[in-house]
Amino acid sequence: MSFTRIGRGLIAAAIALPLTLSAAAAETTLRVIPHADLKNLDPIWTTAYITRNHGYMIYDTLFAMDENFEVQPQMVDTWTESEDGLTWEFTLRDGLTFHDGAPVTSEDVIASLERWGARDGMGQQLMASTASMEAVDDSTFRLTLSEPFGLVLQSLGKISSNVPFIMPARVAATDPFEQIEDFTGSGPFVFQEDEWVPGNTVVYTKFEDYVPRDEPASAAAGGKVANVDRVVWQYFPDNTTAMNALMTGEVDFFEQPAPDLTPILESNPDVTVEINDPLGNIGFARFNHLLPPFDDAEVRRAAIMAMRQEDYMASAVGDEQFWSTCFSVYPCGTPLESDAGAEVIMTGDVEAAKAALAETDYDGTPVVIMQPTDIPVLSAFSLVTADKLRDAGFTVDMQAMDWATLTSRRASREPVADGGWNIFHTWWIGADVIDPMAIAFSGDPDGGWFGWAEDAELEAARAAFARATTPEEREASATAVQERLWAIGASGQLGQFFVPVAYRNNVEGLIKSPVQFFWNISVE
Amino acid sequence: MLVYILKRVAMTIPVMGVVALFVFALLRLSPGDPAAVIAGDFATAEDVARIREQLGLSEPLVVQFGTWVWSLMQGDLGTSIFSGKPVTELIAQRIEPTMLLALTTILFSVAVAVPLGTLAAFKAGSLIDRFVMLFSVGGFSVPVFVLGYVLIYVFSLNLRWLPVQGYRSPFEHGLGPFLSHITLPTLTLSVIFIALIARMTRASVIEVLEEDYVRTARAKGQSELKVLMRHAVRNAAVPIVTVIGIGIALLIGGVVVTESVYNIPGLGRLVLDAVLARDYPIIQGLILFFSFVYILLNLLIDLTYTFLDPRIRY
Repeated sequence: MSFTRIGRGLIAAAIALPLTLSAAAAETTLRVIPHADLKNLDPIWTTAYITRNHGYMIYDTLFAMDENFEVQPQMVDTWTESEDGLTWEFTLRDGLTFHDGAPVTSEDVIASLERWGARDGMGQQLMASTASMEAVDDSTFRLTLSEPFGLVLQSLGKISSNVPFIMPARVAATDPFEQIEDFTGSGPFVFQEDEWVPGNTVVYTKFEDYVPRDEPASAAAGGKVANVDRVVWQYFPDNTTAMNALMTGEVDFFEQPAPDLTPILESNPDVTVEINDPLGNIGFARFNHLLPPFDDAEVRRAAIMAMRQEDYMASAVGDEQFWSTCFSVYPCGTPLESDAGAEVIMTGDVEAAKAALAETDYDGTPVVIMQPTDIPVLSAFSLVTADKLRDAGFTVDMQAMDWATLTSRRASREPVADGGWNIFHTWWIGADVIDPMAIAFSGDPDGGWFGWAEDAELEAARAAFARATTPEEREASATAVQERLWAIGASGQLGQFFVPVAYRNNVEGLIKSPVQFFWNISVE
Repeated sequence: MLVYILKRVAMTIPVMGVVALFVFALLRLSPGDPAAVIAGDFATAEDVARIREQLGLSEPLVVQFGTWVWSLMQGDLGTSIFSGKPVTELIAQRIEPTMLLALTTILFSVAVAVPLGTLAAFKAGSLIDRFVMLFSVGGFSVPVFVLGYVLIYVFSLNLRWLPVQGYRSPFEHGLGPFLSHITLPTLTLSVIFIALIARMTRASVIEVLEEDYVRTARAKGQSELKVLMRHAVRNAAVPIVTVIGIGIALLIGGVVVTESVYNIPGLGRLVLDAVLARDYPIIQGLILFFSFVYILLNLLIDLTYTFLDPRIRY
């Protein structure tokens, strides 16, 4: 007998008993490596994507977006809209209950929408147009608007952060700026708080009383059928260890393997690697519109001209199957995709950028680029931008830091000498920039996004989109928003890239969606 | 002796006070803001400011420090900004894997390094000695994470003997699963300690072997084994134990990396995650906790001197 066999035998014997015990329980468990650690549990308090995904596990929504980006009813059974579009009545499906057995009522819905509306950008706009919300009876509630708002269903069916999840009224009564402490939901899975180890493990069990819709699952819409008894999220801080664990079968599903690991995973016959998010992510270079030299739109546009998307994607993502160029501010492949006004980003030519910069009053002021070295994709974006801007004639001051420092510093409106900045990079998941309401497209420096673009025309176009009631009106105003964004050079856009998922071949039933869902999935 | 122990324990209070002040100041002087991390990409600057206020981070630093110290005096290490869980609960959740990994590492390292160092000293200048020293240099030079990946590649991916990652409690899952999960992390973390302790053992034993009383023992006709074990190693023990104590400080750093590579939910991972997220209460609480453990271990090591060398009295 070889030493290898003896070793295997000893170890097998050592672990035989607990394995037998676990097999006896005959529970099906989906073991997942999520994209991040679940640090907090309140999907209204934080916009973190991992908390949003946790929200989808344990809460339900009134409406939901399907794979064609159409809004479909989820908790709602029927609804009516008055002719003037100001009065909406919604009736909940029968059989909706919270995990503690209490029925979901109109009161719960109204309290949840109020809390969500205090934090979420789209929710704030809906609430600003809302005159009242009242319960008609236990399962029907009425939303009365004070002015037309064309995005009522789109707001209630918003797929990404902050999602209007429905919580019990007692929980939704929590101050929106404080975390909830009761995690009772009505979704297809129940959060097991006593098994939660922050930084490591999150456990969900199937909610036996959940009543899924009859329609097949389609992105966030359709029937949410829990096909496994337990879903265990096990966070891995180290991508290589996560990859190894998937290859040896210690986990079933890896949500976001690093791009450089995918060739190794693809070579394993027991593992499937595929793109599950049809929208992917959109890379952004954000200018600080308050400080020179990027307080001048023409300087911003000159910088954008130098940003050749192929170079960013090749550097940060690599494998061409996982990226594409996209010159629309809305993700390519979505209904509002357009090239209107995008000539500036299509240029991708350093010489043209140099010529454009020469036409401006740029005086050689150093451009401070914040480089988050702990996030490889953003670090690579920063390096490419620095290179491009230098070639175009800018003076560049690259400052390395970690992401936590960057998030703190980007909130500063002070001059560079007092801790300000000129450029940072980030990416948005496609679902977050699918229409003009995204905060990334704001032209309001007071309530807008870091970088503080100011453009009244842009804000007017966004407001027109919010009021639009027909698809044609919406498309026209979305195009106007895009044209304005490129005209003022609000941000540089660096390409559309996709992070694949990797899973063992015993996993079936994945739902194509910008958000990773775990219902409908089974494990053989 | 009792008075000495009480004095040493009492001395931990001012030391912990200095550590607390130092940690607090260091964190607040470092760039980064937990409110900005919480607020995320969608936030406005106003959202960040409101969250700062809610977390008490907009209070003057003196007030923040005073609040924290007051909580500490009541045995409260604070509450995680992100998870909302008490730091003491988080430490309690994570302490077992770290303690057991540290224990297995120290036991394994001492069990391998002391005989190895003694053998090298006894055969000083020989091929065995050179091999041990080569191993020591190698052990110091190979980064923990590189060694971890190599071991995973060999024993987990190729031989499939041991799991890649994770931790199983011996109290909950039994000894077998515990050992199968702790073996590779222990080996990874031990190499640097074996290198350190083996070198120190070799140097100490060589020095002792040149002492008069060793020559006397040999002159009396005692066997080499007896000379080595009864006279040399015992007298060389004090510096070796000192190095083990110093090694525990190294262990705290090593544990952070090892726990990340092997995905062990221990204190090392907790502190790393907290630093990246700027979760001040966890960082402050953990550094205080580590300092306390370190002070106590040093006291314990000082006390072991009295058993190893009867001439030492406190």
